[in-house]
Amino acid sequence: MSSPMLLRAVQAAALNTLIALGITVFGQESFGTNLVYSQCIGLSILALIDGSNQWFIRDWPTQWRRLVLIVPLGASAGFLLGTLLADTLLGNTSSQYWLTQPRKAIGFLVLSLVAGTVLTYYFLSREQLAAERQKLEIASRQADEARLRLLESQLEPHMLFNTLANLRALIQTDPPRATAMLDRMIAYLRATLSASRQGTHPLAAEFERLQDYLELMAVRMGPRLHYTLDLPPELAACPVPALLLQPLVENSITHGLEPKVEGGSITVQAHRDGEQLVLEVIDTGIGLDTGNGRPGGTGFGLAQVRERLATEYGTQAALEFVAVPAGGTLARITFPYQS
Amino acid sequence: MSITAHPTALIAEDEPLLAQALQAELARAWPALQVVGMAGNGEAAVAQALALQPDVLFFDIRMPALSGLEAAATLADAWPQAGPQGKPFPALVFVTAYDQYAVQAFEAQAVDYLLKPVQPERLQKTVAKVQQALAHRAPGAMNFEATLAQLRHLLAAPAAASAAPSTPLRLLQASVGTAIRMVPVDEVLYFEAADKYVRVLTAEHEHLLRTPLKELLPQLDPQAFWQVHRGTVVRAAAIESVTRDEAGKLWLRLRGSPARLAVSRLYAHLFKAM
Repeated sequence: MSSPMLLRAVQAAALNTLIALGITVFGQESFGTNLVYSQCIGLSILALIDGSNQWFIRDWPTQWRRLVLIVPLGASAGFLLGTLLADTLLGNTSSQYWLTQPRKAIGFLVLSLVAGTVLTYYFLSREQLAAERQKLEIASRQADEARLRLLESQLEPHMLFNTLANLRALIQTDPPRATAMLDRMIAYLRATLSASRQGTHPLAAEFERLQDYLELMAVRMGPRLHYTLDLPPELAACPVPALLLQPLVENSITHGLEPKVEGGSITVQAHRDGEQLVLEVIDTGIGLDTGNGRPGGTGFGLAQVRERLATEYGTQAALEFVAVPAGGTLARITFPYQS
Repeated sequence: MSITAHPTALIAEDEPLLAQALQAELARAWPALQVVGMAGNGEAAVAQALALQPDVLFFDIRMPALSGLEAAATLADAWPQAGPQGKPFPALVFVTAYDQYAVQAFEAQAVDYLLKPVQPERLQKTVAKVQQALAHRAPGAMNFEATLAQLRHLLAAPAAASAAPSTPLRLLQASVGTAIRMVPVDEVLYFEAADKYVRVLTAEHEHLLRTPLKELLPQLDPQAFWQVHRGTVVRAAAIESVTRDEAGKLWLRLRGSPARLAVSRLYAHLFKAM
């Protein structure tokens, strides 16, 4: 027996004892006899209603109305079954009540119906409450996890500490360069921390943020990283979701260029194609992996880009990856051009 | 054996500024130490370590080509057999920016490590530890065996952390042109890493899998399949004999295959006569 079922049985048994006490006060039989009848009837009703609920109500929202039949039928059948059971236990024949004192018999039947209904209502409403609470808890935990993962993807600790280590080195050897790097880092941190609050900004701002990140990476990787940012002036004011391109550039570095001994280059460019704005991140890294994502990646960054495109532009936006024949990867985002 | 008069070190770090910074910090913390080489990736680190045979290695964990751990394992395999005049295996110090998992593994294996940015006080402790290790370095194989065991644990750790699936893989899906060929794992004699792919060898055929060996390994039954080399996993029951060549290297012969497979020193402990 499962433990919630046991708990219900204990609670029902307590109610049964109360009923037996009440009958003893107003009736003639001894408390012992009343208790045996009360428990046999009460627990039979509980077993029948509980069993029927599990059997007939698999999906609560659509099937709860079946209670209208289950409760009265379960209570009546439980009353008869419990009476027979107690008769057998005590060697009585109380079924003759139906002939000698029909009012008393009907009274007990009504009492069983009322007790069955009240107890069923009590149990089920408590269960519903518990289920609701659990649902809420799960939802809030999932939201917390999503927030945490977003933050982690933005402030990747490996990137953060390596950048700090480079800063520490520069402070001693080249203070002006250290200051410049620190300024880039401040701008990068400010942008990443506020970008989680959605919103759009001009394409020019997007490219500035990418430059902050790429400058930091260029200090770290030294001659292993070259980058080009190509933004035609007429597109500078186009609104784009903030830091949309960031995960793509980060992917190119961590999965394309960092694993490559000689490093390589990244180009970020924008152009207009009719009514579409096209943004491309091209790297000369180790190239697309075998189709099931880049090694070591969680796919979280890309999933986020897709999700943001879908909420912003629906089916009018696309993100695609193309293997560059000379080696490397091209990531392309297209969405409707807005001036 | 006493500490070498002029101990030497090799730094392997892919970020040039960090390599210079570590060298500068080491010059302050351990003036007698001579940094004889700098390597920017794992493969270069192995080659330089073999050529220069330094006393201490500072290996960054995340590097192109080979990770610091992989480089150390490769080096352990290629290190000249410790003879009377042979140089003992260098003391290892791993350097990492953030790798919670690796740090736990280092703690567990008592391997020395440094966190980036490297703090002078912490470096001082590491230097003291390395100096002591060099001073008490036992001649011969004792140290080396301990290092091998440590590396073995460190390399196995990430696989163990990714929680091995409860049921081992039964079928492999190998791509043959545009088709997919199903290969029962029961027929496989051995797996061999080849670049990004894995070669699967059965008695009759050879197939290619697009899953890296690292990802495949945790899905195999560890009782049935043994890793004997960084890039080789063998069906234990298919091993016919193990022989040692003049250089002390172990070689496997398999039933049902003409292949002769090298056993890495890291995994030589698997083969001992009963």
